[in-house]
Amino acid sequence: MELKEPIAIRIHGRGGQGAVTLAEVVAQAAISEGKYAQAFPSFGPERRGAPVQAYIRIDDDKPIRNRAGVVFPDIVVVLDPGLLNIVNVTAGLKEDGMLVINTRQTPDKIEIKLGEKQNLAAIDATSIARETLGVPIVNTTMIGALVKARNVVKIESLLEPLNKRFGRLAEKNISAMKKAYENTLVKEKKAIG
Amino acid sequence: MSKRVGIEVSIALADVVGMANTDVVAAYPITPQTHIVERLAELVADGELDAEYIPVESEHSAMSACMGSAAAGARTFTATAGQGLELMHECLYVASAMRLPIVMAVTNRALSAPISVWGDHSDVMACRDTGWIQIFTENGQEVVDIALCAFRIAEDKNVLLPAMVHLDGFHLSHVIEPIIMPEQNQVDDFLPPNKYPFLLDPARPVAMGDFAPPAIYTEMKWAQEVNLQKSKETILKTWKEFADIFGREYKPVESYRCEDAKVLLMTMGSYSETAMTTIDKMREKGDCENVGLLRLRLWRPFPTDELREAVKNADVLIILDRALSFGAAGGPVGMEIKSALYNVTNKPKIVNYVGGLGGRDITVAEFEEIIKKGIDIARNGSENEFEIFGVRE
Repeated sequence: MELKEPIAIRIHGRGGQGAVTLAEVVAQAAISEGKYAQAFPSFGPERRGAPVQAYIRIDDDKPIRNRAGVVFPDIVVVLDPGLLNIVNVTAGLKEDGMLVINTRQTPDKIEIKLGEKQNLAAIDATSIARETLGVPIVNTTMIGALVKARNVVKIESLLEPLNKRFGRLAEKNISAMKKAYENTLVKEKKAIG
Repeated sequence: MSKRVGIEVSIALADVVGMANTDVVAAYPITPQTHIVERLAELVADGELDAEYIPVESEHSAMSACMGSAAAGARTFTATAGQGLELMHECLYVASAMRLPIVMAVTNRALSAPISVWGDHSDVMACRDTGWIQIFTENGQEVVDIALCAFRIAEDKNVLLPAMVHLDGFHLSHVIEPIIMPEQNQVDDFLPPNKYPFLLDPARPVAMGDFAPPAIYTEMKWAQEVNLQKSKETILKTWKEFADIFGREYKPVESYRCEDAKVLLMTMGSYSETAMTTIDKMREKGDCENVGLLRLRLWRPFPTDELREAVKNADVLIILDRALSFGAAGGPVGMEIKSALYNVTNKPKIVNYVGGLGGRDITVAEFEEIIKKGIDIARNGSENEFEIFGVRE
């Protein structure tokens, strides 16, 4: 019997951009689907603006028994395009991994910068967040891009955790998420095996 | 029916402390304990929990307030970590010697200097001898379950001792994961009201923690020791009754895939789950002898009999400590286990590692390295009494 590993997701953001909330909401959605999931920040004192990471693991059918940070992610989500210049966001990303980026550029342009190693999904989340929420906080917008790129949870499963987390602001955040889901450009490297 | 929810472990813990109908919370916020007491303060402020929340000026005051509260018969909870636990230190001894059933969650944290807010067991080990019941947890479900059990154990008339629930800082306290929360009626059925028998009462004055000259101090300490050792009976009984109601079983020494294993790894706390995944992978690969995992859940009173039973067929026992005892012959857990096995005739070779200090992860692959190198040391010897894992010299 081969041991199936959980799906591992690493989120890169800056303190204050809501990377931890993104991880929390996605994990709660997965748990509400009856799956096993965990979400946690790269632990430490929070500093606004500094590069931060958060992690999610999701397993369809068995408890997640791993408390270490995600070193070899299946999916990397980048909330801030500026991080591409200062953090090695693709470190440890698996061969068939997916990189989901908030960027104004298309996947083809990004690929030139990062090389052709991984699958790519690109969305201008900052513009969507500004238009929909009135602030450039992209965490909920990027959930839409993540789910479009890789179907880790159902969009419907995200509604309750988002409603609970954002209260009267939930509607706008859900709308931003859906816009991103509809507009994310996904470029698969090639069909695998 | 109990509900399975995705929730941060600290919040789930605070919620179950609320469901336990706690009367008094006295706490000083400190990372990584903060979310627990913030949530409790919120429950009290919102009127969801009818309790007195005492915001104190230090952890020394927090424990002092808890002692007064417990002596007055109130169900009493606090939480702390790291330096906060150290600042409480002298009060910890008083709480146990005065038989005050306080429940305290400790989000285990490294000690200064240098400042580290991250997790290890340095704070726990410095409180090893304080006379508290001390129980370790490995995941959010266990935190909720063990905390609920802790109130019942501490307040049992055969025990009347304070109890620490240990959850690793950040690695448990800050993780969102699935937890089955109990129903209020289940909590009410399982946890009877606190009936502290020696109430501080102005109508019937008593003296507590009184002066003890040499003629009586030894007997007082003997009684305290007997009491703590005997508390294990109540702990086992409580866990059994918990299992009957909630279906989840807890044991002083937990074992994982040990039946056919001559090599055993021993861990405490949240890293145990990562170690389980390593055991699964090593067995799947099959390039090494069969390995099992023991986890020490009950730290105080120390489960000597259960430990001896658990290792009786093992050749090698590899112990991971998450604290240093500076200048000592080993890590605190390693030394204790060696001591417990010294007079046993057939015992495994013991290899002691210290690792995961100040929040450093130990990955699945690194646990494999610990096990494989540990087997090598057991068979071929080492110049060191213990190894510090992963240190960059």
